[in-house]
Amino acid sequence: MDKSVLLNNFETRGWVPVGPDDDWNFYWANVQSIRNVFSIDCGFRLTDDQVISHFPNHVELTRKDLMVKNIKRYRKDLDKEGNPLAEKDENGRYIHLDFIPQTFMLPADYNLFVEEFRKNPNTTWIMKPCGKARGVGIFLVNKLSQLKKWSRDSKTSNFTPPTSKDTYVISKYIDNPLLIGGKKFDLRLYVLVTSFRPLKCYLFRLGFARFCTVKYNASINELDNMFVHLTNVSIQKQGDDYNNVHGGKWTVQNLRLFLEGTRGKEVTDRLFDEMQWQIVHSLKAVAGGISNDRHCFECYGYDIIIDDNLKPWLIEVNASPSLTSTTSSDRIMKYKLINDVINIVIPPGQVPDVRWNKIPAKEHLGNFDVLYDEELAQQDVMGGDPRKLGPGTFRGKRDGSRPSPATWK
Amino acid sequence: MGDSNYSKAYIQTLIDELKTSKIYTDLQCAAQVEIAKPTLRLSELKKGVLNGLVNSGWDRKLRNAIYRFLQTHPKLQFPSPPPEHLKEPLVFLRKAQQAWEKRILKSLNSMCTDLNIPLARKRPEKEQKEWAQKWTELGIDGPDADFGWEACQGCAYLSQFRPVYAPKDFLEVIIGLQNPNYHGSDTPGFYHLWGIVQVPLKVKDIDELRLQYSDMSINQCQSGIDDAQDIPSELFEQERVKLGKKVINTNHGPLAQEFSKKGCPTSMRATLWCQILAVELDEIDILYYEQLKTNVLQHDLLVDSLLYKDVKLTATNDDQYFVFEDFLYQVLLPFSRDTYVLNHFDYNSASPPKSYIRGRLGMDEFAVNYPPNGVIPFHGFAMYVAPMCFLYKETITLYYVFREMYVRYFFRLHSISSHPQGIVGLSLLFESLLQTHESDLFFHLKSVGCQPLKVAFKWLVRAFSGYLSSDQVLLLWDRVLAYNSLEILAVLAVAIFSFRKTNLMKVQSYNAAEAVLADLTTLQVIPLIQLSLFSK
Repeated sequence: MDKSVLLNNFETRGWVPVGPDDDWNFYWANVQSIRNVFSIDCGFRLTDDQVISHFPNHVELTRKDLMVKNIKRYRKDLDKEGNPLAEKDENGRYIHLDFIPQTFMLPADYNLFVEEFRKNPNTTWIMKPCGKARGVGIFLVNKLSQLKKWSRDSKTSNFTPPTSKDTYVISKYIDNPLLIGGKKFDLRLYVLVTSFRPLKCYLFRLGFARFCTVKYNASINELDNMFVHLTNVSIQKQGDDYNNVHGGKWTVQNLRLFLEGTRGKEVTDRLFDEMQWQIVHSLKAVAGGISNDRHCFECYGYDIIIDDNLKPWLIEVNASPSLTSTTSSDRIMKYKLINDVINIVIPPGQVPDVRWNKIPAKEHLGNFDVLYDEELAQQDVMGGDPRKLGPGTFRGKRDGSRPSPATWK
Repeated sequence: MGDSNYSKAYIQTLIDELKTSKIYTDLQCAAQVEIAKPTLRLSELKKGVLNGLVNSGWDRKLRNAIYRFLQTHPKLQFPSPPPEHLKEPLVFLRKAQQAWEKRILKSLNSMCTDLNIPLARKRPEKEQKEWAQKWTELGIDGPDADFGWEACQGCAYLSQFRPVYAPKDFLEVIIGLQNPNYHGSDTPGFYHLWGIVQVPLKVKDIDELRLQYSDMSINQCQSGIDDAQDIPSELFEQERVKLGKKVINTNHGPLAQEFSKKGCPTSMRATLWCQILAVELDEIDILYYEQLKTNVLQHDLLVDSLLYKDVKLTATNDDQYFVFEDFLYQVLLPFSRDTYVLNHFDYNSASPPKSYIRGRLGMDEFAVNYPPNGVIPFHGFAMYVAPMCFLYKETITLYYVFREMYVRYFFRLHSISSHPQGIVGLSLLFESLLQTHESDLFFHLKSVGCQPLKVAFKWLVRAFSGYLSSDQVLLLWDRVLAYNSLEILAVLAVAIFSFRKTNLMKVQSYNAAEAVLADLTTLQVIPLIQLSLFSK
């Protein structure tokens, strides 16, 4: 992995790189090493002056099947307690919490999937391997015959706990994506989480849209052409039309300008608002299950697709969003990202101390905005501020107040 | 109509034009509908019909049609000047423009001969069908596309196409302009122009500009600054949006224009521009565009390859506009076949180039305009369209808005004329403002070998498209439309030099100066213009 963005940031701060056996204060780990750090056999306790860039069981959010499971459970829980957020419409679909496309696990839910597929045989579904990233191993399905392998598996003797190599999720493919200039795109947003209980998350303003280089074509013949359907840069980079100047990426600001100009301000504001809510809900859904080690922080890459009704859909969350840069503006943006992350996680000029209150000062937020800080929200409730409501009804809190910039920890 | 501003002849021309346009027949039909209404009393026939028409919005439509005419037809003087004078009153500039055109056409013809491609050819049936299918995807190219420019032209020589000219070539021509009646010299007593433009045209000074752009003064809230995210919306944005909605509902061109002087809120810009430019699409316009599209499908022009190459060189490499590549083809290709554009040559100093049917060189009865719209594109031409892609998601509206913008404003940026908003006038305005108000900067740059216009020229020719970030270009073009003048481009150019003065004073070479001014994407244009115009 190209580490130049990280190294530049460390060097600017005068940090000293250390070897694998030395003491350290700041560890930007990859997903393998994080398992070592927290493993039951060979892991070690972190001291108060050490911070690390992943939560131990982040997979609850970042593995596709676990994320779906957690969100489904979260919705059911809200429904049970009668929370207004869990309100459903006349078809039984959630009104506020319908933000992931319909998903089934394979091979476990194969039969449920078949039942759903038979109800609407003309739909397309997308198969994604649970343990992989960057668009590897994904394919589209519109006939049951394409899933022969899993139908066999589900009928054979069960109770082989699925390893991440064999399990897939199959989701309803969004076949009416919003097209701009006739091209399909998805949105990559960066979210920093410094704590899950209380939830503290920050949204990076400089997200971007990734465009497919080939015109979007919903026809069945193009199902095999991954250039049309997948927006992952690692796939698009191999296409003939990939451009090294802009890399097929558009800033979120340009997206906003376009949507406001062509669709109007209210619907655009609503779209962005809804996306922020989806992120908060997804984090709340896993907050109970993630081990809230205070040495940890994590920078997630959220992938969102917008359909042509301007409804956003959460596709997946990445624990190790790519830090390699394809263009120079990309490199600058990722540099800023890491810079702001570090400033939020460790107040500038200080040695990390995990006992601090994790409320970053406004000037350290950089390009981040506070998305949701549960602790501060609760304090406001205690302070009797009538405009802000408690964590049970976030919607009320966020109406009318503009988010103040978040800080990187 | 006792308006002394407009001569009887002008009013008559207006009436004649209205009578031949669609609105006349529409009005007659509407009047007939009114007459047939049972509520109408015979004794008050005229009044009743007039009221009925006003109530159903015809009054507004007629006003908009008149407004559109006024915008595009400059007032005639008396005695009425000969047509060449309407194009360009000064003989030496007319000659210069003609010489420039000859050069361009020669260059085009020689490219044609070198590459052995005809200026125009009819497409074979099969090719026409392919183009029809791929009309919305013309940007696709590459070895596995069975369709593409290269495939159609038969071989991969697209790389051998060169743009016919670039802004810097045009600048060389302008620098060389000399009024033969005028003798500038270094001896005292003779007025000598400081910059590189040596044509002594009359340009506005800062006081006149302050008056003209008074609605942009610092004490007036502007869209683009005062409606930013971090400012509470009650201060300006809410009122502005409310007012904007009212303006849009009245659908009255001059009102929209007046409102836009303080900038357009992003979500209203598309509609406001349509109202100011009097672009209202009806079935005839849709059919006309389809006809142009059919022309593209049936015939292939050399100019198409130039446009294709231009888009690939400019917009496709721009990280703001690459998304709209296909839209650009869908606008530019029909544009080059649109003979409506020929009308603007009445008041443009340029003339459409002529070409001859094969074998009939020099014979006037076989002369045709080439390309059909008379406009030969240059390097960067596609950037005139690109910013508007942020406003219109249907290509047909985009097409008509662009066409209007071109025949009203953009054509002035690449033809030699004495018009104060022509590129020569704008260049001179830029130089004189900079020299008067930042004389130390001007002198310093001159002494290190960097004439300021050499850097600013490309900004002016492209109306800053591709140099500023897209939202800023749109804010700037709001003002071009609202004040009906391109002079703001020169004002902005001066403001940018002022803004970067500290760094510019330190440079010691032309390249260093260019480097300081290379990246304008972080600039906010409205505060810069305000500072430059109103805070001296």
